[in-house]
Amino acid sequence: MTASSDIGIKSFGAYIPRRRMPRAVIAAAHAWALPALKSLAKGEKSFCGWDEDAITMAVEAGRDCLRGANDSAAIVGLRFASTTAPYADLQNAAIVGAALRLAESRSSADLSGSVRAGLSALGQSLEESAGGDQLVIASDRRSGKPGSTQELLYGSGAAALRIGRGDDVIATFLGRESVVVPFIDHFRQSGEKFDYHWEERWVRDEGISKIVPRTVASLLRRLGIDVARVAHFALAGGPAGSDKLVAKALSIGPERVLPDLQAQVGDTGAAHPLLQLTAALERAAAGDIVVVASFSQGCEVLAFQVRQSASNPPNRGLQATLGRRIEESAYLKMLSFEGEIDIEWGMRAETDNKTALTQLYRIADQILGFVGGKCQSCEAVQFPRFPACVNCGAVDSQQPYPLAEESAKVATYTADWLQYSPSPPLYMGLVQFDNGARLLMEIVDVGQSGVEVDTPLTMNFRIKERDRQRHYDRYFWKAAPI
Amino acid sequence: MASGIKDKVAIIGMGCTRFGERWDTGAEQLLMEAFTEALGDAGIERKQIGAAWYGSAMERSVGNSAIPLATALRLEGIPVSRVENMCATGTEALRGAAYAVAAGAVDIALAMGAEKLKDTGYGGLPTLGKGSFADLWMPYGSAPAGFAQLAAGYRSKYKIPKQDLKKAIGRVSWKSHQNGVKNPKAHLRKAVEMDTILNAPMIAEPLGVFDCCGVSDGAACAIVTTPEIARALGKKSLVTIKAIALSASSGREWGTSQWDGSYVQNTRNAAAAAYREAGVTHPREELSALEVHDCFSITELVTMEDLGVSDAGNAWKDVLDGVFDADGVVPCQIDGGLKCFGHPIGASGLRMVYEHYLQLQGRAGARQLKDPQLGLSHNLGGVPYNGVCAVSIVGVEGR
Repeated sequence: MTASSDIGIKSFGAYIPRRRMPRAVIAAAHAWALPALKSLAKGEKSFCGWDEDAITMAVEAGRDCLRGANDSAAIVGLRFASTTAPYADLQNAAIVGAALRLAESRSSADLSGSVRAGLSALGQSLEESAGGDQLVIASDRRSGKPGSTQELLYGSGAAALRIGRGDDVIATFLGRESVVVPFIDHFRQSGEKFDYHWEERWVRDEGISKIVPRTVASLLRRLGIDVARVAHFALAGGPAGSDKLVAKALSIGPERVLPDLQAQVGDTGAAHPLLQLTAALERAAAGDIVVVASFSQGCEVLAFQVRQSASNPPNRGLQATLGRRIEESAYLKMLSFEGEIDIEWGMRAETDNKTALTQLYRIADQILGFVGGKCQSCEAVQFPRFPACVNCGAVDSQQPYPLAEESAKVATYTADWLQYSPSPPLYMGLVQFDNGARLLMEIVDVGQSGVEVDTPLTMNFRIKERDRQRHYDRYFWKAAPI
Repeated sequence: MASGIKDKVAIIGMGCTRFGERWDTGAEQLLMEAFTEALGDAGIERKQIGAAWYGSAMERSVGNSAIPLATALRLEGIPVSRVENMCATGTEALRGAAYAVAAGAVDIALAMGAEKLKDTGYGGLPTLGKGSFADLWMPYGSAPAGFAQLAAGYRSKYKIPKQDLKKAIGRVSWKSHQNGVKNPKAHLRKAVEMDTILNAPMIAEPLGVFDCCGVSDGAACAIVTTPEIARALGKKSLVTIKAIALSASSGREWGTSQWDGSYVQNTRNAAAAAYREAGVTHPREELSALEVHDCFSITELVTMEDLGVSDAGNAWKDVLDGVFDADGVVPCQIDGGLKCFGHPIGASGLRMVYEHYLQLQGRAGARQLKDPQLGLSHNLGGVPYNGVCAVSIVGVEGR
């Protein structure tokens, strides 16, 4: 029933921050005041390092989606969906696209306003008739107020999907259904940090149970698909367990309900339905029907039919990023990363990190895209690009040379306990790329095993420094053990 | 072919303040304190100074430009310049003054270096910006973090177990504490046990607190002239400058794979140039004493190889064998070094020359070495792979 002219998903990527905190640790920290939180103390949640936000996670998911593709210049549009985008006026998608080295001539948009933004962005891209591939990325760095159930149940993550037409489509878009009602299960005013939630029983019984099944049924009816053919179903949004409730109401067996990711990640907001869709694509067989719904001020539902099972290498996608895990047991560390406690870091934290925006624009491809140079005289690959080659001194001899996906290892390192870092110690050292390039980099996500000379490294787009006076975060790339 | 400045410039007076936490002393007083000693030592008057070079690395400590020096010393109507080249700043001041004399531009010149670090509020050095370009990508590591990476490179290259190198660098600091006890102008004048050194809190792995030098206030200066004028002033047994060499990073070490992390190329460059200028061919045998840039213990260790005093991969054994102790083959940091004399950045290069100057004249008191002929001083600014090195050699005239 699908044809190669139909639009669909061509590739997908996911990113879950490596840091995972057992919910029991959070519950234990609040046990003196809120012993009932113990009932939620199962599994673990992902949380961002101090230097991660919705932009950096979006870049990582986007890279995962585009890895191995040599035609990212063919992407004509980028939609970035998030309820936690760092900037209110400065298009977040512009930074994400620059870090992904997308063509400058492209459409670009931020979508926000609700956790529904993720699936809406995907739906809009799929319905857009303009030619060329689109990239859709949803990313949320979700925070819950200390002691709230959201603190335990929210997680952080991002998912990316490449949309287009052609023989390389792996899942064809079948249709979309959207219902919008002023049902306010939770809200957060602009500028506020935390969501406010209404009673779960009302959300479940009066909201989800009445709105979602009818929306899904309406879409399936319109598409002429019997619910028995739905092989994978997911619902994002609402209290935990809502997906199973809706599946039961629709007569979709529990084995066909996609993982809600609560055990390992938590609710990732706008990113969640897209992450669940990637989970479906990772497990689906050719011909499978996938239905993904998002609940928020009504309901958004998208349906797909898998054309070919995904053949991602094992180091990609949701399962891979779930497996890259560092367990954290210091609750105060998470609070500090979230900005909920302000530790006395000493005078070194007083450094003024004002960014020269003039300078940033001049070398934006180097800083955001991590594009170095390759000397046409002596072939030395290098970063940054100075006017003269670091090796042979030839002037104006370098061609742009992207480094983000290149393999590298530790040449020298130390763990710096003196320099200010929001996550001490500051690991740093000379990073040696196999292609010959070398530069001094911060090394992040160092686990218990530490690093040594020759430890293999991967590159990560991160916040380099925060300007706490003017509120501009400086982004650059950091190395991490693979 | 340049002939160099060997024996073309004599040092006729030097001054150095006590280094340390000089809470009750401002920069202008430190400058005057060092200058007064040097003028008295030279036996000249202030108005005989024809030009001055002022080294100060931190704008936050003493201020921008050469005006703070001209004002503090009331140097009227003469050229006064400020130079800055990170930790090589003091030697840069001496280089400016010495070159002016050697060129015949002035008869008598002053080189002054000073830093008032304890007015910054920091333990250790303040974090400095790197300029609008590097700020966008280069991590802000602390100074110890820059040098600590030498340990990783050195260990890896020579397959040295972590604990063995830790002990060797601890021994570097132990020796300097032994020496500092005998120096009344030193910041830290207390011997320290090896166990204390090895178990101190970590600053930048593997460097603990005792692997890091003192952060001090202080000033040091030199008055230089030609040997002819020195003799006309009645000076005998002249101490002359044999060489001053400098090398700055072009980026090759941090920008290519050509550096293995176990040495400092700038030191090798500057040492080779200085040895050439001074006519030194066998440094381990010819140099009477070393004052090297022991900002961190690992720096001193690899510097012994970079200066050609130890063979490659052997410095850590030489250290443990006491080769650089006060009674060793090549005494190093006989005045306590940066480690214990202290490190007011702009003053350090001149402080090192001050110690050689005293030693060469037999005026070093309890720490006097026997019959020294040549002394080498060495500064490293920045970090091992991205910095600047100055090497100067002074000695008895005609040596």
